Amino acid sequence: MVNQAEPLAMAGAFVEDAEAQARFLARKRYLAWRRRLLPVAAVLLFLLLWWQAVERFDIKPFIAPSPVAVAHVLAERFDILMANLVPTAIEAVLGFVLGNFAAMSLATAFVWRKTMEEALFPIAVMVNTIPVVAKAPILVLLLGNGMEPKIAIAAIICFFPTLVNMTRGLRDVRPEQLELMRVLSATSWEVFWRIRVPNALPYLFSALKIAASTAVIGAIVGEWIGSTQGIGALIIQSTYNFDSPLLYATIVVGSTFSALFFGVISIAERYMLRWNVTHNA
Amino acid sequence: MTASLARQPSRPTDSIDAVRCERITVRFTTERGTVTALENIDLTIPGGSFLTLLGPSGCGKSTLLRVMADLIEPTAGKISVLGDVPARARRNREIGFVFQDAALLPWRNVLDNVTLPLQVGGGKALPGARSPSDLLSLVGLSGWETAYPHELSGGMRQRVAIARALVSGPRLLLMDEPFGALDEITRDRLNEELLQVWESTGTTIVFVTHSIYEAAFLGQKVLLLAARPGRVRELVPVPLPTPRRLPLRETPEFVALAGRLRRVLETC
Repeated sequence: MVNQAEPLAMAGAFVEDAEAQARFLARKRYLAWRRRLLPVAAVLLFLLLWWQAVERFDIKPFIAPSPVAVAHVLAERFDILMANLVPTAIEAVLGFVLGNFAAMSLATAFVWRKTMEEALFPIAVMVNTIPVVAKAPILVLLLGNGMEPKIAIAAIICFFPTLVNMTRGLRDVRPEQLELMRVLSATSWEVFWRIRVPNALPYLFSALKIAASTAVIGAIVGEWIGSTQGIGALIIQSTYNFDSPLLYATIVVGSTFSALFFGVISIAERYMLRWNVTHNA
Repeated sequence: MTASLARQPSRPTDSIDAVRCERITVRFTTERGTVTALENIDLTIPGGSFLTLLGPSGCGKSTLLRVMADLIEPTAGKISVLGDVPARARRNREIGFVFQDAALLPWRNVLDNVTLPLQVGGGKALPGARSPSDLLSLVGLSGWETAYPHELSGGMRQRVAIARALVSGPRLLLMDEPFGALDEITRDRLNEELLQVWESTGTTIVFVTHSIYEAAFLGQKVLLLAARPGRVRELVPVPLPTPRRLPLRETPEFVALAGRLRRVLETC
């Protein structure tokens, strides 16, 4: 436990010093800008090196396109890229919602009855050991050629990390908090909603942030098998056509969507877990 | 007339014994064998009194407190809390418990932590309930209602825990080394404040500590427990005047009493 100073006593310890305060704020601003600009500078430097390498060594476009060519495709074929992003995004988001909902429900059942965990957890582990590329054809055979198998793959890929984390979060409650609830004669329903669920939220969000990226990967892998539209289908098509600028542009679009999805979950986490020390530090 | 007068005393629990233990024994069975945590504890705690439990580690102080709170079932013996079985007193929400490390819920702010006991318990009516904000001012935390536990110091967290334990209007307040992790100055201040809370509420308090000074300063009586197995060594009355304030600890009477407790403790 961190031994904090008594804030009541600390209140009198602050002395007005405008100059020192201005210096402190200036340093804080500088650090904030550095944190934002350094990654941008690194990316720009990387693109510059890549572009120069392609130019100098005269690398053929079908081996590796220059970033300028990729940028061209991004601008000119933006409508095609977006038209293919929409189905992938729907599949990823629906899979994310379904997979996480199922995982949270099963975690609740595990915590409610240990027997459920002992019986079902080994099956979850086994399903998780099957590689995505092997699950995909099985699900296409089961669910047909539409969006359903892609949603199912995205859901399954989200499922396991959330199941493990949520079970742990619901179970790893401090014993004194449970003793407190017993002294208060709380019902098991009250213990669940007022202690276990809030306790599980930090664990859940760790899993959701992983799931946000993997759901998109799941949807894309699903589209590799028998699909005519979507980011995954576009990757396959452009690869077979040796259209590497389009391939790279497609990857950029897919990754950007993945990053946005991750960002949305991170914002939700910051909003929901304002009480969590690690996020305020 | 007489009936209404009888309802007036400031300590309404005086007539009933807060706790009565008869030959309480608690054994735990682990893979390394059976441990006797408490053996044949006989103890009567009058209503409205302040008892401190003092003893070396492993003497079963916390176990005894948890038996009173109906958190641990005794292996043998009889216990009544406020004239009934402990489970009844617990379900009637007449027991408040303060844990060693405050056990606040980190996702609730100060006010919501103090309000928690009024929100749980299956919607049972609490006739003795007190206003959470009044209790926060009683423990000196007005203005901190919206702060989260991680923003508070250890001493402030324990103040919140005390307010939370009092909000259902308990007739018995059980405290398990609540100030053990605090620095000495904060601890002294909270000791004095706790006595004021006791004087103003009339609640019976049972307070576990391993500090001789704390035990002697707070208690009307000090119950000394010996370890392995946990058993009553001696029930020492504290013949010091009330209300007590910190300078009392420098008087010869206090020093003599502390010395006596120490000598008994050394043989436990």
